[in-house]
Amino acid sequence: MMMHRRNVLMIAVMALALVGACAKKQPPVARPTTPPPGTGSMNRPPAPPEPVAEPTPVPPEPIAEDSLASRDIDEINKNSPFQPLLFALDSSEVDATGQQTLNSNAEILRKYPTWVVTIEGHADERGTPEYNLALGERRSLAARTYLISLGIPADRLRTVSYGKEFPFDPGHNESAWAKNRRAHFVVTSK
Amino acid sequence: MTYMRLLAVMFSVAAAVALAAQTPPQPPPEQPPPAPPQQQSAISTRITSSPGMQPRIAVPDFIALSSDGETAAAAKTVGRVLWDDLAFEREFYLIARDTYQSIPQPASLEQVALDRWKELGADGVVVGSVRKTATGVAVQVRLLDVSSGASVMAKEYTGSIANPRLYAHTISDEIHQTQVALRGVARTKLAFSSNRDGERTTNSGSPRDISNIYTADYDGANERRLTITRALDIAPVWAPDRTAIAYMSYRTGYPDIIVHPLAGGRYTTPARGTADARNYLPAWSPDGTRLAFMSSRDGDPEIYVVNRDGSGLRRLTSHPANDVTPTWSPTGTQIAFTSDRTGNPQIYIINVDGTGLEKITSESHCDRPTWSPAPWNEIAYSSRAGAGNNIRIFDFATRSSKPVTDGIGNNESPAFAPNGRHLAFVSSRAGKDQIFTIARDGKDLRQITRTGANKYPNWSQ
Repeated sequence: MMMHRRNVLMIAVMALALVGACAKKQPPVARPTTPPPGTGSMNRPPAPPEPVAEPTPVPPEPIAEDSLASRDIDEINKNSPFQPLLFALDSSEVDATGQQTLNSNAEILRKYPTWVVTIEGHADERGTPEYNLALGERRSLAARTYLISLGIPADRLRTVSYGKEFPFDPGHNESAWAKNRRAHFVVTSK
Repeated sequence: MTYMRLLAVMFSVAAAVALAAQTPPQPPPEQPPPAPPQQQSAISTRITSSPGMQPRIAVPDFIALSSDGETAAAAKTVGRVLWDDLAFEREFYLIARDTYQSIPQPASLEQVALDRWKELGADGVVVGSVRKTATGVAVQVRLLDVSSGASVMAKEYTGSIANPRLYAHTISDEIHQTQVALRGVARTKLAFSSNRDGERTTNSGSPRDISNIYTADYDGANERRLTITRALDIAPVWAPDRTAIAYMSYRTGYPDIIVHPLAGGRYTTPARGTADARNYLPAWSPDGTRLAFMSSRDGDPEIYVVNRDGSGLRRLTSHPANDVTPTWSPTGTQIAFTSDRTGNPQIYIINVDGTGLEKITSESHCDRPTWSPAPWNEIAYSSRAGAGNNIRIFDFATRSSKPVTDGIGNNESPAFAPNGRHLAFVSSRAGKDQIFTIARDGKDLRQITRTGANKYPNWSQ
């Protein structure tokens, strides 16, 4: 990745120099065609310089299935394709909405069959910290059990409970609590 | 760790010196009185006070017998901390320190102006001195009976000057033991988890605030960090012999029970956690040989017991509901825990052999039991009341419970002091979660922590 960045940088510097030196000439850099499939944005040469002023920035890669596969795990988790599974107060039951959530999460797991996920169980702040560890454990296990019933292999589904230690919304109201009662999906290996 | 060693050294020295120091501090009675039974030997070792009244005690600053600043500071600290320690148990009426100003400090323990203390209404006055020695300090203390002038307790302690508060704590425990036959808690400690250092996880995804394990004296002084992991470490519990603290840690990515020896050396993981056998919330048996904990290794949260060395793993509960937060009875024969098998969380007890399951509470939500030390036979727990939780105490004798906290803020995670007279707990009443202590009758609330958010208190023996 470092190498790629450096290459991109060098090409950009060269391109800039060329814009200044031979603004009227056609740049000798080969105009890139579409990148070869399966490569990320990192090793793509920059857009060719326009005759005017600054070179335009690299346009963002259109979101494609392949780009998800090629991202590193941190990138995937920062902008996760998985939806959180939300729960009612003191409940670890997967309701109809929850089943839809898990169905779509299962689709992603089928599409990327090497991914292993950790399902984190979380709780809102209203129970005690200790009881919430058990509640989070049940929530993560409930999500796992449902995904296994959909045919996702058990060894791709790890679970852990964080109780109320890591709230997603630090607020003290129903809207925050609703977000914090969840099974949260994190990709742990791919 | 060095702290513990200091304590040990102090005791051995103190025991030796105490023998010499405890020469009968008063002349023998001229004529053996036909001692009334309630006075017998007590007359020579206890403060005399008005019948039915708490003894009124004054604790002025100790006398610095060496002229350096360190000794002067230590002498002040010992007196002030001792005043607080004695006030904590509420066995004595502690005369306010600001009324002592008119009484000049004597040059030595032999020149105490008893008549002045009598004027102030004191039944007893604790006087002491601090003197530099070749190796550290010598702290002398006397408890003077103001009416007779007798010294009913005299001790000398020697050791390091590094922690003067420890002399005060030791003297306080000695006074409680000899005067009112009470096991004081001045030398006990608290463990808790805290996010005060603002560290974050390096886990995949978004970084999160982590907590690590800290300890402090019972009054919140001498806070020290025990664990340094970029992971969540919570729920510490002192081994009964204070040689180790067990807690749960996510340092491997899944939660497991860590037994962390305080004298150094490698930690152990007796519950042998894995990604598939996650372990939560350890609780030491009273003899320190076993740990109870929660694990969902068999598919759902259940209570397990394992020997400290990792042998003898046993599952205690068997119900598809949540069984969590074990706590041992003082005899080590029963375990109380929380279960939501009837819907809402309630407190249950079970024999350690797995028989005798019994539900003991039936309020709306009863959670996180902690069994009192003997001779009390009670369970403190967290009870949901409206938006927050309150600490309540269930008494097995009356089969009823009474509140300890008053509905201010959210109050959770009670932990008994080893003498059963106080509880540490977490409250949000001051903003962020902080550790507080409170007397078992709900009086004398004290805030212990103030930095960061602090949770999961546990009180050492």
